[in-house]
Amino acid sequence: MPHTKNALSFTLHLADTALILAQRNGEWCAHGPILEQDIAITNITLDLIGQARNFYQYAARLHEANENAVTEDSLAYLRTEGQFKNLLICELPNGDWAQTILRQFFFSTFQMLLFEKMKQSNNTQWVAIAEKSIKETHYHVKWSSEWVIRLGDGTTESHDRITKALDTLWMYTGEFFIPASYEMIEVTALKNEWMNKVKEVFDEATLTIPENVFMQTGGKNGVHTENLGFVLTELQYLQRVFPGAEW
Amino acid sequence: MNNNKDHIYSILQEVCDPEVPVLTILDLGIVRDIQFHEEEVEIIITPTYSGCPAMDAISVDIKLKLIEQGFKKVKVSYVLSPAWTTDWMSEEGKKKLQAYGIAPPQKITNNTRLHKMLFEEEGHIECPQCHSLNTKMLSQFGSTACKALYQCNDCKEPFDYFKCH
Repeated sequence: MPHTKNALSFTLHLADTALILAQRNGEWCAHGPILEQDIAITNITLDLIGQARNFYQYAARLHEANENAVTEDSLAYLRTEGQFKNLLICELPNGDWAQTILRQFFFSTFQMLLFEKMKQSNNTQWVAIAEKSIKETHYHVKWSSEWVIRLGDGTTESHDRITKALDTLWMYTGEFFIPASYEMIEVTALKNEWMNKVKEVFDEATLTIPENVFMQTGGKNGVHTENLGFVLTELQYLQRVFPGAEW
Repeated sequence: MNNNKDHIYSILQEVCDPEVPVLTILDLGIVRDIQFHEEEVEIIITPTYSGCPAMDAISVDIKLKLIEQGFKKVKVSYVLSPAWTTDWMSEEGKKKLQAYGIAPPQKITNNTRLHKMLFEEEGHIECPQCHSLNTKMLSQFGSTACKALYQCNDCKEPFDYFKCH
């Protein structure tokens, strides 16, 4: 059934995207610039892990008809780079605080629009996850927008750093809106609103949206940067070394 | 097996949130339904936040408490929809939070804008220590996902605020 196959691929794409960004953000735990912000980024990380789990649990159910051995854990811990469908931007190294913040801002702004659209889907499980998650995503957008403004319109140093982060990250934002064959939400239609929201914050932050940049793609179809292998090595280490280990 | 919902609710009244132990799961409003199947009782709960790490501990506690009371087969299942809101917290729960030193969530009304403007904070949060309304937000994210960190401008005490959600 192509419909179920697409639903599964799309659900995995959403799960992988949330999980990989959570894994990256989690690297900040105990390394944040100040205690409150360390707690903020790890709280966001926890929300993303929760979203990933909800999507993986649903993906495991979609699998169940033919493969009983598939669980939320096997999907997260036992798949390889080529099987992961996360957005490329999520697997990039954290860089400095400015780069982490700017990625969160681009991502959460996109995710909020995606979940708004998903709430109108005819898949009740997606609707439930979107309605639940969007309440959390609003906090992520607010927090990251405020930080983009603080850094962009802050000191010469903070402005330089976030400008450098923008040069690094912008080429990975196009992938949000370039649909994969399995994608069941029309992501292309979200682009204008995303650009408007980014521009609103960038104006306050004294940042300029780059023009004519070649956009990287591939993540949605399992073609990744070399970074993902390193992320998965750490994420999956325990299950690879002690298969089936449980708490 | 005593197939009486009230009886089960009275048992669930003893299951507390491991992260905010003054609140029972009924105070929190996360118990959505109780269903009886042939030999089994099913408790349906909903998470506060998607990644709430307390859910697994709560689920184990529910099972233990019911088994202690003679229930042989207990199942705990999760439901996401409708999404949990702080308005499901009991008035008694809010009083307990305040006494414990955590400012309880404000009631969501038609005039509440849950999604604040940039740099805007939820105002008029009462300090649980000295009851002053002259307080400020230190961080939107506190010791758990459901709380924000505030400080009282009068008595200077920092405190957790269970944010509207």
